[in-house]
Amino acid sequence: MNARTRAWAWQGAAVLAVAALAWWFSRNLSANLAARGMEIDFGFLASRAGFDIPFRLVDWDGSYSYGWALYVSGLNTLFASALIIVLASLLGLLLALMRLSGNPLAAGTSRTTVEVVRNTPQLVQIVFFYIAVLQVLPPMRQSITWFGTIFLNVRGLYVPAPSGTLYNWILGATCALVVLAAIFWRRLGWQQVPRLVVLPPLLVAGAIAACLTAAWDIPSLKGFNFTGGTRVPPELLALVLGIGIYTSVFIAENIRAAIEGIHHGQAEAARSLGLSSNQSMFLVVLPQALRILIPPLTSQYLNVIKSTTLGAAIAYPEVLQIFARTVLNQSGRAVEVMTLVLGVFLAVNLLTSAAMNAWNRHLALQGR
Amino acid sequence: MAAVLRNPLLRALFGTPLNALLTLLMLGAFSLALPPLVRWMLTDAVWEAANRNACAAAGSGACWAFIRARFALFFYGLYPAPERWRADLGLLILVVVGAGALFARRHRGWWLGALMTVVPVAGGILLAGGVLGLKPVPTPQWGGLLLNVVISFVALAGALPLGIALAFGRRSAYPVIRWISVAMIEFWRGVPLLTVLFMGLVLLPLFLPNGVTVDNLVRALIVMTLFNSAYLAETIRGGLQGIPKGQAEAATALGMHPAQVQLLVVLPQALRLSIPGIVNIAVDLFKDTSLVSIVGLFDLMGVVNQSMKDPAWLGLAAEGYTFAAIVFFFACLVISLGGSLLERRFGVGRRR
Repeated sequence: MNARTRAWAWQGAAVLAVAALAWWFSRNLSANLAARGMEIDFGFLASRAGFDIPFRLVDWDGSYSYGWALYVSGLNTLFASALIIVLASLLGLLLALMRLSGNPLAAGTSRTTVEVVRNTPQLVQIVFFYIAVLQVLPPMRQSITWFGTIFLNVRGLYVPAPSGTLYNWILGATCALVVLAAIFWRRLGWQQVPRLVVLPPLLVAGAIAACLTAAWDIPSLKGFNFTGGTRVPPELLALVLGIGIYTSVFIAENIRAAIEGIHHGQAEAARSLGLSSNQSMFLVVLPQALRILIPPLTSQYLNVIKSTTLGAAIAYPEVLQIFARTVLNQSGRAVEVMTLVLGVFLAVNLLTSAAMNAWNRHLALQGR
Repeated sequence: MAAVLRNPLLRALFGTPLNALLTLLMLGAFSLALPPLVRWMLTDAVWEAANRNACAAAGSGACWAFIRARFALFFYGLYPAPERWRADLGLLILVVVGAGALFARRHRGWWLGALMTVVPVAGGILLAGGVLGLKPVPTPQWGGLLLNVVISFVALAGALPLGIALAFGRRSAYPVIRWISVAMIEFWRGVPLLTVLFMGLVLLPLFLPNGVTVDNLVRALIVMTLFNSAYLAETIRGGLQGIPKGQAEAATALGMHPAQVQLLVVLPQALRLSIPGIVNIAVDLFKDTSLVSIVGLFDLMGVVNQSMKDPAWLGLAAEGYTFAAIVFFFACLVISLGGSLLERRFGVGRRR
């Protein structure tokens, strides 16, 4: 048998095997659905949902459709992911800096934290925060209060809500400016100045300026409930704390590995060329470390998006909880619901990894 | 001051103003956080009490009496007490054969073979029963840490061959086989584990012939195996990429069949390279077994959730989850230690 025939034979066999499996599955599926008097039909998405979603970022009540419920719960998933990514990145950076600080007390603390947190399941951590920490908080009237504006009690965290036209404009303009500057930095001819030194402080300054011009809606206890401000429900808090802390230790290890992965000769060479230690860090070591850091960081961020499904364990209304539980129970449309949920996660994951790969290629090319 | 700072430890702690500030901050945080924690966990804790109220009366710390009262439940679930020796024996076989595969100087292949064949068969017979005069124990009664161990062992043992096949498939010269492997790997890596566990729960029965029912545990095992095979495939693919082409060419030049070249020359070296990655996956897998508690199985996490609803011990969440965290921590530590032993024995890098 020559190579050509063998290639045809193997690939033909593989196609046949997959096709046979698919045929068997679809035959069973149609028989099972026929036995239940159902057929695959996504039309149910337009029908009235009739249930409540306790936490949402956009309009919702029972009269909206199942399809809109997917959008609402999808936003909840993305919102939780965004908060977790910010928390985990900052905390991870802090843990990595402590580890690299050379101070034995800080390094030891960081190391112990990393070992303890990463060897404990994130589900245990989330549920611990939810049931053992947030559900034993005092009731409304005995809220834990900071500065008379932030209140923590068993119903959640009440924080002041900023609003105002000027606030929106400043915040939006700063974000757009930072993103555009980050993308076109080199084309503007600013490569002598490291982006990392300029852009994060610019973002912080913009946020502070926006907050100063905002009108603050401060929560206050009126009778049996708080009015004003924003309530962060305990489910979201537990999810953000649990996954955020869990992910931060992996990010800390990634950052440490990236910085230690840059040969110390690089920093020494930069110093001997007359760069200051800060210049050597920001212009020589960090840009190269960032290049090593991006692939593992991408997979951590993707893991965060996937991990938000653990919100189903504490009834945070994310995609899995709302769709695979509530909508599935109400409509009984298992195939359609699971297809949608899996499709949403596959799409988000593949898109994010494509975007991060593009950024990675952009960074990798810079050095050559 | 200068004399004090000649001590290297003190210099590391207080050498620069920033370092001194950091040290003082950390010491302050410790002095705030540690005493209450130690009081709760040890000094004020109650070790013996009949129920929650007796606990609260005896001390203000943790009620470890709850853990003691429920200890067997946490480890075996509802596995009937007279039959628990079977679970112990199964675990002993796993530990002995596993240690043999790690430490044996000779016949290592046989030990590894036994780990993949004897342990699942003997463990399955011992746990499920129904043959050799053993009383059958249905899987809904399996629980606690026993279930976590069973799931992680079966999923790892099943995922390893599948992962190797997928890794080779992704490197295949035949495009069709490559596409099938890529699709399989990217699908399982792109979806959250909990979502596919739900899929196993609600969709698997629909894809099987009418009337065939699949045990809840078996559904979780199938999903965990397929899920982890995709991650293992990527790790092993990394290992395969690390083997220089010359190895395969030399083996071919010696007259070996292409299958022999891959299985006897390339794969063993690639597996050796991917040991750290495989150990990481094993640790993640063990932690992820706690997710089966969300789809209705009573693993350690599920039993802890359930025990807190017991009227006699109502609401001892902090104790229950702290205990679960400690057990998972030490189990993961054992896997990591086994992994680093494996690495020292077979691995590259540390050896010259």
